[in-house]
Amino acid sequence: MSASKAARVGEEIWKGRVDKVNAELVVLTYGTIVAQLCKDFDSDYVQVNKQLDKMGYNIGLRLIEDYLAKSNTMRRCSNFRETADMLAKVGFKIFLNITPTVTNWTSDNKQFSLVFEENPLADFVELPDDGRAQDELWYSNIFCGVLRGALEMVQMQVEAHFISDVLRGNDTTEMRVSLIRYIDDELPPEDD
Amino acid sequence: MKVFGEIRHEQVKIGGESGKAYSSLRSTDLFSAAAIMGILALIVINKAGGLIYNRTFGDGLNQLGTNDYLVLAGTFHGVHAITTRLSPIKPQQQVGADGIPGRPDPPSGLEVLETENFWLQCFNTLTGTKFLLFTDTLQTNVDIAMRKVYDLYADYVTKNPFYQLENPIRCDTFDRKLNSYIRETNNAR
Repeated sequence: MSASKAARVGEEIWKGRVDKVNAELVVLTYGTIVAQLCKDFDSDYVQVNKQLDKMGYNIGLRLIEDYLAKSNTMRRCSNFRETADMLAKVGFKIFLNITPTVTNWTSDNKQFSLVFEENPLADFVELPDDGRAQDELWYSNIFCGVLRGALEMVQMQVEAHFISDVLRGNDTTEMRVSLIRYIDDELPPEDD
Repeated sequence: MKVFGEIRHEQVKIGGESGKAYSSLRSTDLFSAAAIMGILALIVINKAGGLIYNRTFGDGLNQLGTNDYLVLAGTFHGVHAITTRLSPIKPQQQVGADGIPGRPDPPSGLEVLETENFWLQCFNTLTGTKFLLFTDTLQTNVDIAMRKVYDLYADYVTKNPFYQLENPIRCDTFDRKLNSYIRETNNAR
């Protein structure tokens, strides 16, 4: 599916098939979770990032079925570029009504960046000024887990992490996604 | 790939005389009540070949024993895997317009199985879960029913935080929604 068609599909599903929820509810709920994790782990932000990723992973495992059902996807993406477009223009669109920009491809077509011009999770947020959060906490790290979980369910092992975040004072919010491998079930080698 | 064929009693008795577990799988036994119409049963098989859901819709349908359902699910899973490898046509390496080598579509495997008494449609989701709908042979729009069942599954099963993925589905809301949808569809005929 071409990028422009993906955008159209995303728009259509968002308009017609998705129940909307108040944005503040999402922002506050997510904010509470992150704040509580910071408290529980005594501001060990590395741990907090890890927990957020884990929570996202568990969401992704489930969310993928909803994505497939809503988008009526009957066939898998024919390459990783298509996967990236579908993620950004259909996935993020129908669940968050945002379309991050897909960019910075490596030449082997296995790594790209998602640049978030807007991020509904991070509205109103200021990171704690304890001197470490700005350097260690990836506030929206749950996204990385969601992508990892969802793509794993459709036979793609990926690695995702943030490399910049406007909350930290960077110019952009950018996530790096790399395809590690396609998980195709392989038959055990035959006995000769 | 679509497999059409009359499955007769003699051919299906895989286990022979000693194969007790299989003997009740004869197609003629499964849904013998001719008066019952529409969507007759649903089976869901997880990606490992385990049975996670089975229901029949309507009265007077033959029920298999729990063990038989488990065997049926596992066997179907295996047969499905075999049918994905039967295609004599080599998958072609697709190259997209932008010159990136593509990932060929996986072979679909068995999608439909038709017998004298019932029609079995298999929907293999991209995550590997299989939905098997048994209908009478005159049922139309099985695809639409299948999508609806998948929608219900996505909503009321996977979004239930206490449902453990890949495990047997015990979700009352799913049962209720499914039943009312099937009843509606069957009554509309």
